[in-house]
Amino acid sequence: MTAMLDVKKLQVAYGGIKAIKGIDFHVNEGELVTLIGANGAGKSSTLRALSGLIKPAGGTVTYKGRDITGVPSHALVGLGIALCPEGRGVFARLNVHENLLMGAYSRDDKAQILREVDEIYTMIPRLKERTLQMAGTLSGGEQQMLAIGRAMLAQPKLLMLDEPSMGLAPLMVDKIFEIIRLIASRGTTILLIEQNAQLALENATRGYVLESGEITLQGDAKVLLADPRVKEAYLGG
Amino acid sequence: MSIDVLLQQIVNGLVVGSVYALVALGYTMVYGILQLINFAHGEIVMIGGPTSVFATKWLLSMGRPSLLALLIAILVAMVVCAVVGVAIERVAYRPLRNAPRLAPLITAIGVSILLQQLAILVFGRNYFTFPELISRDPITIGVVTVTMNEIVILLASVALMAALLWLVHNTKIGTAMRATAENQKVAGLMGIDVNKIIAITFAIGSGLGAIAGVMVASNYGQAHYYMGFMLGLKAFTAAVMGGIGNLWGAMVGGLILGLVENVGLIFVRGDYKDIFAFVVLVLVLIFRPQGLIGERVAERA
Ligand SMILES: Nc1ncnc2c1ncn2[C@@H]1O[C@H](COP(=O)(O)OP(=O)(O)OP(=O)(O)O)[C@@H](O)[C@H]1O
Ligand SMILES: [Mg+2]
Repeated sequence: MTAMLDVKKLQVAYGGIKAIKGIDFHVNEGELVTLIGANGAGKSSTLRALSGLIKPAGGTVTYKGRDITGVPSHALVGLGIALCPEGRGVFARLNVHENLLMGAYSRDDKAQILREVDEIYTMIPRLKERTLQMAGTLSGGEQQMLAIGRAMLAQPKLLMLDEPSMGLAPLMVDKIFEIIRLIASRGTTILLIEQNAQLALENATRGYVLESGEITLQGDAKVLLADPRVKEAYLGG
Repeated sequence: MSIDVLLQQIVNGLVVGSVYALVALGYTMVYGILQLINFAHGEIVMIGGPTSVFATKWLLSMGRPSLLALLIAILVAMVVCAVVGVAIERVAYRPLRNAPRLAPLITAIGVSILLQQLAILVFGRNYFTFPELISRDPITIGVVTVTMNEIVILLASVALMAALLWLVHNTKIGTAMRATAENQKVAGLMGIDVNKIIAITFAIGSGLGAIAGVMVASNYGQAHYYMGFMLGLKAFTAAVMGGIGNLWGAMVGGLILGLVENVGLIFVRGDYKDIFAFVVLVLVLIFRPQGLIGERVAERA
């Protein structure tokens, strides 16, 4: 079986400094794969390179058998790849409804889009109560929910999430992960980046550990959870 | 000072101000999306003037009825100006998109001079007479005197501004423009082709500018290669006054500037008219640097 997303020897550099030093990993269709690592390990850099926000310094990215290395982000959406960026990236001066519609920008099926917006509202009722509120005035958790809902409106086959739990209270983190599980259970493949290794590994099928731009450990999520090296470095002993 | 004179100057001010507003929108739209002051915008407006003169004269010589000639000439001017605006963005500004702010600013001034020189090459240094397609005969309504031409300018400006607001706030492309203005990277993640949206922004701003150019030419009955200079400067002032980057600000700023200038004429000799614009600008910048309607520097993620 060939992987849905296949990353080979990926390198990312800022100026002369290599942030990602040639990593290999893959995501199979239907999986929830997580990439964990400490601050500055290069998690966001990896996602930025995959989603066309920056050009990789080397290596290849193959999606459904197609080379997408260096394809600009706006062209990836139509192929079924969506990124929920670090820090949420909601449009602060657009209201909740407009933010969701922007998620569906590359689509034309107006009626179907509106049905899916309603589905998002059913899935995340907090957004429905705030349709006309400017996204910049939402709480951090609400913004994260909006960002995920917005990404879903692109009808992605592969959803990439960059630290959805960042800066959120535990209760809100639970809510966000509930939504992520729901999305996964409906068949969307997910690549999840997290600092909260415990939570990420509990929800994932497989995981990779990124350290200073290199993958140092990989395997079944349950196995990684039990791995003493992971425990010591990321799960607080 | 009689109330009649005041009313007359208010009407004059609204007419001039609505033209300032149309031009100011071009500055403010580009600033909103690129944080770039497109100093060449005044020259784009200028190009609309002579272009429409040549187009109308040619159409009239072909025996077209005058209103049709005017409408087609406006369309021609809009297309020419939009093409010039989009080309400038593509050739001069896009390569500098990640350069320090000063680089595109200086480039914009350079482009402005270049366009003026090109206009001299293409059109010459002459004054061109704009045919009187809509009557410039004075009509007296109550105590004020206006021309049909001025009434049309005012109504058309209001309609265009309403249309622009509708486009920006109620259509997919308008929402994408606002999204792009806020965060280009995330806009790209939504599947928005940011370069295309920026090009559309330049096209719309230049198209509105073209109409303003035709309005000025038809109102004063003439067009020339430097008509964009002072007009551009005033409209830029209006945009800053209203709060650059803000559509309502450009419109309100344009109208206020037109009013201040014309009402001010009651008290001061005509030669000093242009001073008002800049006095008002300085005052606004001192007491309300973000402009009358502008937000304080927006928080960015
Ligand atoms: N735009 C940039 N310019 C220069 N260096 C950068 C840039 N972005 C990231 N880096 C560097 O690359 C390395 C990896 O950063 P990255 O943002 O990918 O880390 P991360 O794993 O996502 O961290 P965090 O958990 O804090 O978000 C860091 O050393 C960082 O300083
Ligand atoms: Mg990160």
